[in-house]
Amino acid sequence: MADQAPLTLLCLFLPFLTALLAPAAVRRFGHGGSWGLALAPLLAFLHFLTFLPQISAGEVVTGGYAWVPSLNLSFSWFLDGLSLTFALLITGIGTLIVLYSGGYMKGHPQQGRFLCFILLFMGAMLGLVVSDSFLMLFVYWELTSITSFLLIGFDHEREAARRSALQALVVTGLGGLSLLAGLIFLWNMTGVTQLSLLVNVDDTLRNSPFYLAALLLLLGGAFTKSAQFPFHFWLPNAMEAPTPVSAYLHSATMVKAGVYLLMRLNPVMGATPAWEILLPFFGGVTLIAGTLLAIRQTDLKLMLAYTTMASLGLLVMLTGFDTPHAVEAAVLYLVAHSLFKGALFMVAGLVDHEAGTRDVTKLGGLRGDMPITFAAALLAALSMGGLPLFLGFLAKEEIYYALAHGDLRSIVFTLVAIVGNGLMFAIAFAVALKPFLGPHVETPKHAHEGPPLMWIGPALLASLGLVGGVLSGVAHRFVSTPMASAVAGEPRLVEISTIPHLGMPLLLSVITVAFGVLVYLRLDQARDMMVRLLTAIGSGPDRGFDHVVSGLVRLSVAVTRIVQPGRLEIYITVTFVLLALTLLVPSFLYGELPDMPTWPDELYFHEWAIILLAVIGLFAVLRASDRLTAIVSLGIQGFAVAVIFLLFGAADLAFTQFMVETLSVVILALVMTRLRLSPRDHRPPRQFAFDAAISIACGLGFTLLLMKTTQLPFNLELTEFFNTYSKVIAHGANVVNVILVDFRGTDTLGEIAVVMITGLAVLALIRVRLRDPLPDTNVETTAEGDRS
Amino acid sequence: MNTLILRTVAPPITALMLVFSVFVLLRGHNEPGGGFIGGLIAASALAIYGIAYGVSAVRHAIRFHPMAIAGFGLLVGALSGVVSIFAGVPFMTGLWIYPSIFGVEVPLATVISFDIGVYFVVLGSVGSIALALEERETD
Repeated sequence: MADQAPLTLLCLFLPFLTALLAPAAVRRFGHGGSWGLALAPLLAFLHFLTFLPQISAGEVVTGGYAWVPSLNLSFSWFLDGLSLTFALLITGIGTLIVLYSGGYMKGHPQQGRFLCFILLFMGAMLGLVVSDSFLMLFVYWELTSITSFLLIGFDHEREAARRSALQALVVTGLGGLSLLAGLIFLWNMTGVTQLSLLVNVDDTLRNSPFYLAALLLLLGGAFTKSAQFPFHFWLPNAMEAPTPVSAYLHSATMVKAGVYLLMRLNPVMGATPAWEILLPFFGGVTLIAGTLLAIRQTDLKLMLAYTTMASLGLLVMLTGFDTPHAVEAAVLYLVAHSLFKGALFMVAGLVDHEAGTRDVTKLGGLRGDMPITFAAALLAALSMGGLPLFLGFLAKEEIYYALAHGDLRSIVFTLVAIVGNGLMFAIAFAVALKPFLGPHVETPKHAHEGPPLMWIGPALLASLGLVGGVLSGVAHRFVSTPMASAVAGEPRLVEISTIPHLGMPLLLSVITVAFGVLVYLRLDQARDMMVRLLTAIGSGPDRGFDHVVSGLVRLSVAVTRIVQPGRLEIYITVTFVLLALTLLVPSFLYGELPDMPTWPDELYFHEWAIILLAVIGLFAVLRASDRLTAIVSLGIQGFAVAVIFLLFGAADLAFTQFMVETLSVVILALVMTRLRLSPRDHRPPRQFAFDAAISIACGLGFTLLLMKTTQLPFNLELTEFFNTYSKVIAHGANVVNVILVDFRGTDTLGEIAVVMITGLAVLALIRVRLRDPLPDTNVETTAEGDRS
Repeated sequence: MNTLILRTVAPPITALMLVFSVFVLLRGHNEPGGGFIGGLIAASALAIYGIAYGVSAVRHAIRFHPMAIAGFGLLVGALSGVVSIFAGVPFMTGLWIYPSIFGVEVPLATVISFDIGVYFVVLGSVGSIALALEERETD
């Protein structure tokens, strides 16, 4: 086979590139632009389809490019049964979603932006599932959280949408950090940074003392992303997003990223007690909680959202169950769920779009007006309900094969599965039948069949559920078997077919369906019961999230008040007190005080004169009657120091010192006039003494530090290096300048950037003061003003 | 502060300081001097002129906003570093050429253009602070 790496790379970036074109395409062609935009995921889908024969033959495909070779980072991908199935789902359903969005968002002023976000998400999700390197996985994982945030908050003028977007970002973002920590653990424990190598490390992870820590961190990532109890609350809230987003991100793809991660890790981390306890427990709780919460809803989308949560729970439960058929069941259910749930969400959107409401109690009798939608809904519901001929049936049979064993644990989880599946059955048909059957109910809009753009998606996905069930041999050969083998980490053969075969699983299926039909017929009573129950329970994690967020805000406000009081005096005092402490405490604590310096043997007259000059400058500062004099007197001292530099041969330093001293006196004087301070110092004696103590302490600290430094043996290595090579390598005789512009040029580049930024900041501060002239002020209010 | 004496000597002093600043900048590689000190001298020159004739006169004379000058300097500095990448050596490696101008061999280098960048950044940043602070005197 020819080298496909460049083509695969292109396909991975195609959604991102197309996303850039989306706004322009919609501006140019209106909602019809989505026909063109859908080509991108379609091409990627076709490209990944070409891998099917290879993967179904049991091979894996890896490829990639070096990214940062010095850090051993690569942009590499890893295709096996698991990632290829996901890639096909993402690009395939993605194609239909882009088309569907074209119809759903028709005429929306921001349709281009919406399609752009959807395509960005698609690129991120595709990257997530094919990533080989841990870092790439993490980056794409976070990208899906960010694009999901953008899509949930798409309707950003509504507060509910903003809150839900933020909530989803916080929950999945925190999970992402947990994932990062977990991946670092994996890397430390095994020494590999690539999934394709990780799956071959056998028992290293299971035997590691850090196994549990790594597992918990990774579960933190997976459970938040896949909305497992108790992190489930963001998912129903995410239904604030437009329906195509719910169908795509929050049922078919993104929420399955957590399940993907668990399935990926199953071969190396599965089959341990912790794994087999945590996953089924949380999965089972999520399954039951999700279905019960779904029963209570009347909004079509929310009903579906909670069953999605329940389905994710079922998948997690199966992934951790580790009996024969459990992995196969998870794989089959995952594929079936993506198809029927995507279809049902799109149906819900279609009904909403055409009839103007998605409240199931306000809908009815639409079958004549929307026949295609009804057919799609029915097909999807039959698959979701797990009735024969459909892919969902195969999945359910396989689930019961996996669960139905004699021991207590199996019996408990079988019961959980029966209750969960039965309730999901009821909801599937509530969504698919209630709006369409019965007497015609007056709806806000006069309903009629939606445009082809909108029914192609649900019709195709729902039919695939039937095709996959009938042609189960083909589906198993190309999808289920390779994927199950990848998840199990050993060859597995899926061979369940749609012909009912007598036995325990079929019996359990019949019980499930019977239970489901019963609940469906009594749906209103069941709903009332759930509403009463939930009212009795009161607040849930959703409310808790609000408490946590508002608590954090209050805490940060309190902390900010303490550390940013807004008074210049306090800032300066804190800075110099800390400076004095840093200088003095360590030298006293560790006995690093300098020796008493010896008195210099002979000092020339001019040297005495310069020292005298510095001392005079110092006294002039202290004795100055007003501030301006003090500033100028400080200059005297600075000049004296510059002369000392000059005498000791540091011409460049002296030169700069002269200039800096001059300019700082000028600038300080200008600042002082601008601040309109009273010319004299009016500090009360106590304050004066305190400030004097701080300055003496700082001065003492610097003196001691300098004396100690000069008493230590001086390392001349660098001096010699620069003296030797300055002329030879850098062609300059002035060593100081050569260091600045050549040897350490990059440092200088950074420094001049800082100089410029400082200039800009100072300029901004001055501007603020100009626009906001203060009346005659004292020191306190001026300090306040400076903060702004 | 616009006394007659200052107003009389300010133009020649400013001119001298500006010329001197360029001199200091160019000789910096072998003698005491360089872009930083040159920029400080030039900024002081602007400040003196501003004190004598008002800030608007300075702003008019230098045509560009001092921050634009600083930005130009930063760009020159960064580009001087980038040149070396095209020569296949690490960022900020000094490159030298020795063209002959009117029969005199003149050594030119990216380190010199870098130093010129430093000069403009310091001139622009310090100058704009000084001018902005002086501005109130005139209004």
